[in-house]
Amino acid sequence: MSNPHDGGGTVIRFTRVRKEYARTGVALDDISLAIGKGEFVFLTGPSGAGKSTILKLVFAEERPTAGEVKVASVSSAALRARDVARLRRKLGIVFQDFRLLEDRTVEANVGFALEVTGAPRASIAPRVSRLLTQVGLASKGSSLPRELSGGEQQRVAIARALVNDPLVLIADEPTGNLDERATRGVFELLRDINAAGTAVMMATHDLDLVKRSDCRTIEINHGRLVYDSGEGPSRGDGQ
Amino acid sequence: MTVALREAVNAFRRAPMLSALSVTTIAFSLFAFGLFGLVALNIRDALGRIEDRVEIRAFLADRTPVEAAAAALGDIQAFPEVASASLVTPAQALDRARQELGEFSDVFDAAILPASIDVKLKPGSRDPASVRTVAQRIRTYDFIEDVRFGEEWIEKLYQIRNVATLAGTVLGLTFAIVAVIIIGSTIRMAVLARSREIAIMRVVGATDGFIRRPFLIEGAIKGALGGVAALLLTWATNEVIVRYVFAAAFFNLRLSLLGILAGALIGLVGSAFSVGRHLKHV
Repeated sequence: MSNPHDGGGTVIRFTRVRKEYARTGVALDDISLAIGKGEFVFLTGPSGAGKSTILKLVFAEERPTAGEVKVASVSSAALRARDVARLRRKLGIVFQDFRLLEDRTVEANVGFALEVTGAPRASIAPRVSRLLTQVGLASKGSSLPRELSGGEQQRVAIARALVNDPLVLIADEPTGNLDERATRGVFELLRDINAAGTAVMMATHDLDLVKRSDCRTIEINHGRLVYDSGEGPSRGDGQ
Repeated sequence: MTVALREAVNAFRRAPMLSALSVTTIAFSLFAFGLFGLVALNIRDALGRIEDRVEIRAFLADRTPVEAAAAALGDIQAFPEVASASLVTPAQALDRARQELGEFSDVFDAAILPASIDVKLKPGSRDPASVRTVAQRIRTYDFIEDVRFGEEWIEKLYQIRNVATLAGTVLGLTFAIVAVIIIGSTIRMAVLARSREIAIMRVVGATDGFIRRPFLIEGAIKGALGGVAALLLTWATNEVIVRYVFAAAFFNLRLSLLGILAGALIGLVGSAFSVGRHLKHV
């Protein structure tokens, strides 16, 4: 397969990646792909196709059985366990189930991700405030996650994912638990983030959402890459 | 560090019941260990008091010149094993016998009690071998007629002491291992209860060290609190024994602080082990 992102503009590259699990067998086979800086890419395919495995390989929760995964110039072959945390600080990760700390306020949930990196205390509050404004939750800072709607909770998760100015935002079915209106809102937010220069890699089942947009689409089936629309026209333009 | 400390303190606030359960479990595990320690301490004290009575008595021949006895006394006092030595005249020996065996006082006569050099030994030199060595050295003076030190009694005392030390070590280690296992399990529960939080911390790029630190502090605080509670329980038990059963010694300040420190250390090590295991498997 030809690669549209040779050179310094690539933030994620899979080269002939194979992933096998001891119990369930082959999850991915011979996957090669590249995602450029500022690109918006949908990852689609049926349940169990291997979408989440691809995302897990990106944020190094899993290691490839064969082949190489390169994220932000860090190769899976050279990645040591103690480097994983540093790599993740270059990424923003959003999940379907939000993964917020239920006993902490919205501000604390977002600020927590900054504390983890050892950010100076004085810098945390203004940055959190700015991010909450960016995701449209400026007035919800002192709320607990359970006091928010699903869409709002996902916005908090997105704000948390953005605290470290990531190169790529990885979103695993971020709209899977949301109604149509909230889905639209979260997707628009992701497009805005992408327009500001952050690459977005979003796994989704929502084919309507994929069809409505003009973003690059990569389809996975039975662990193999079966379709790649190539570099989309939406790269960084916010359309 | 301030984040870690704040997170550790907040863990108590967020899960007060689980924290109280952890501290209580640690307290009772350490209480059992503390009671054992109290028994061991009192046995050691009792044996120590008996050991204090270990003494060598070297009887002088009749008409031993006073100068020779005094010279020998000086030599003996300089022996490294000797704590003190004193010359007992026949008259003093008679007085002592009358005091110690009051009901038979009328049968004593100064003529039948010889002068002696009474030797007390330093702690650590009261075992049968050391006592025998000192006794043999004293026997080399030709005016010494007889040397007595209750050889059989000392042998028995040291047998009891050795058995008590061995039993104490085995029981103490067993109690300590049981305490560590129980405390480790308790802390593991606390870690599992926060596995979601740990997973989230990892996702946002927390290092294992950052994740581990609050748990270590929390474990040490729980261990120290458990140690204080165990100390109070042991003290209360000791007070009841002293009031209603018999006089018993309690831990001094150094041992008490050491107990609390041991609690904190067990909490810290238990946490390190539990979190380390958890981090390896997630």
